Amino acid sequence: MKAAELEVAGVSWAPTKSAESVLHPTSFRIAPGRVLGVVGPNGAGKSTLLRLLYRFQRPKTGHVRVGGQDIWALSARGAARRIAAVLQEQASAFGLTAREIVRLGRTPHHSGFAASGAGDDAVIDRVMGALSLHPLADRDFGTLSGGERQRVMVARALAQEPQVLILDEPTNHLDVRNQLEVVSLIQTLGLTIVVSLHDLNMAIGVCDDVLVLKDGHPQGFGPPQTLLSDGLVSDTFRVDARRDHLARSGAAHFSFSLPKKTGPTL
Amino acid sequence: MARRPAFLWAVGLIGVAVLMVSLSIAVSVGAVSIPLETVWGIMMHKIAPGSVAAEWSVGREAIVWDIRLPRAILACLVGAGLATVGASLQAVTRNPLADPHLLGISAGAAFGAILALLHTGLFIGLLTVPLLAFGGSLGATLIVLAVSQFASATSADRLVLAGVAVSFIVMSAANVLIFLGDPRATHTVVFWMLGGLGLAQWDQLAYPAVVLLCCGAYLWLKSGILNVMTVGDETATTLGIPVARFRLTVFVIGALITGVMVAFSGIIGFVGLMIPHIVRLLVGGDYRRLLPICALGGAVFLVWADIIARTIMAPDDMPIGIVTGLIGGVFFVWLLRRRLG
Repeated sequence: MKAAELEVAGVSWAPTKSAESVLHPTSFRIAPGRVLGVVGPNGAGKSTLLRLLYRFQRPKTGHVRVGGQDIWALSARGAARRIAAVLQEQASAFGLTAREIVRLGRTPHHSGFAASGAGDDAVIDRVMGALSLHPLADRDFGTLSGGERQRVMVARALAQEPQVLILDEPTNHLDVRNQLEVVSLIQTLGLTIVVSLHDLNMAIGVCDDVLVLKDGHPQGFGPPQTLLSDGLVSDTFRVDARRDHLARSGAAHFSFSLPKKTGPTL
Repeated sequence: MARRPAFLWAVGLIGVAVLMVSLSIAVSVGAVSIPLETVWGIMMHKIAPGSVAAEWSVGREAIVWDIRLPRAILACLVGAGLATVGASLQAVTRNPLADPHLLGISAGAAFGAILALLHTGLFIGLLTVPLLAFGGSLGATLIVLAVSQFASATSADRLVLAGVAVSFIVMSAANVLIFLGDPRATHTVVFWMLGGLGLAQWDQLAYPAVVLLCCGAYLWLKSGILNVMTVGDETATTLGIPVARFRLTVFVIGALITGVMVAFSGIIGFVGLMIPHIVRLLVGGDYRRLLPICALGGAVFLVWADIIARTIMAPDDMPIGIVTGLIGGVFFVWLLRRRLG
């Protein structure tokens, strides 16, 4: 597994040719091994941007390049060997075991029906070990807890041996302990990572860079400590945001309240 | 869970053994009961003439070889085919309730077959009914996919709802065809629609056998992709799979198998829903194992359903669709309870 540079140059997207853009031209560049957090309110275009990065949708304008190569110039399988994604969709009713789910990650490395070789098993063993999944290997995926499932899905993505890993809200529906585990895992992977997050404080703690989106427009890109000001966050999320420093650790920490004058617009 | 290779081989071998025994019993049981030794003797005699001394009457030989054996083999083919289609559709629709019957594919096939039987005549010989049945099942499949696109209902649950809706419409159209058809022929057609294997003949078994072998082999070769499809469209895309094209391919293959099976056996529901569920409990969800064991399970199930259909109201044949519908309905209730619990 070797991290690659991810370059996004002026990508935009709209559901149809005539429809209004859901994502307006966005550009950024992440050096190999860095973690980018994508933040913004609901409907800001975070998922849309991620879909363009993991080659689910073709951008209306612009290019996505991994290690200098346009992902649409690659074959679907070629792209799948460079970019992996952990999404919110999960199968459960089909009786696959945790190990079988992880094995799915080897799919882009096979041609046709080439039976899985010893190389596959070595990779699967390694990623399952890294995520301490061996005790769960033969459990039915549907019987696992939310945190365990997320770990299996991350292992599945790692089994692809990608250069870039994309995670869509990986901490959703997880309890505090599992959130922390996922976050600390992200930091140790050594891959180029793009992660969408709801929790700004988590983004500050985890990400090297942050991209702020609002209504499909990029609001800023840069290291969270310098980029995320009271003004930008308040404006983006339509709240009163105040950035403090935690007394014990000194880490930056946002607290939020509803703006006084406008009140709830329900 | 016991999913070691030895266990799987055991399941497979036991399955084959059970199928062989079931076939023998199916040939032995009936209005004229024929002892198992005689059944095996006749089979040996037919396969390798001279290996056993013929100590049976010509009549018995005809019952075993010309009537009951082709019927039992047709039951195997239809059961294996429907179970394989059901399992594959469940993966690509990501819905454990998918089944050729529920998705309207069987209704489309029935429409095509009725068109051939009552209206167009056998204008290209024996192949007319299976071909038009395939045309009908393919048409219904495409309508289901189009409706789910049109209603922007590509989510798994909605696809099945679209299938149920199309199934009703196509079934009505098929009934109009029966209504407009020659009243003297309608009795046969209605009886055929309820499902029955009584028309099985050696020279026709080749069609379902070839279709099942080719399509089944293709699906089995793609079992790794079927596994991926159970997780979700976007994840499958990130694994390099052309999701829309693959789903369409599986639907067309499902229509082909279903069309040919319906042409020879009428509408037999719930096999494709029930068998994959039971097999999953037994060998897990990996399609590499699931598909072959489903084919075995479907074959055994339908052989027994046919034995019940032939004996419960002996000497009359009850339509086999009634038997599978009854068992399938009860199974559905059990499934609901299990999923809620």
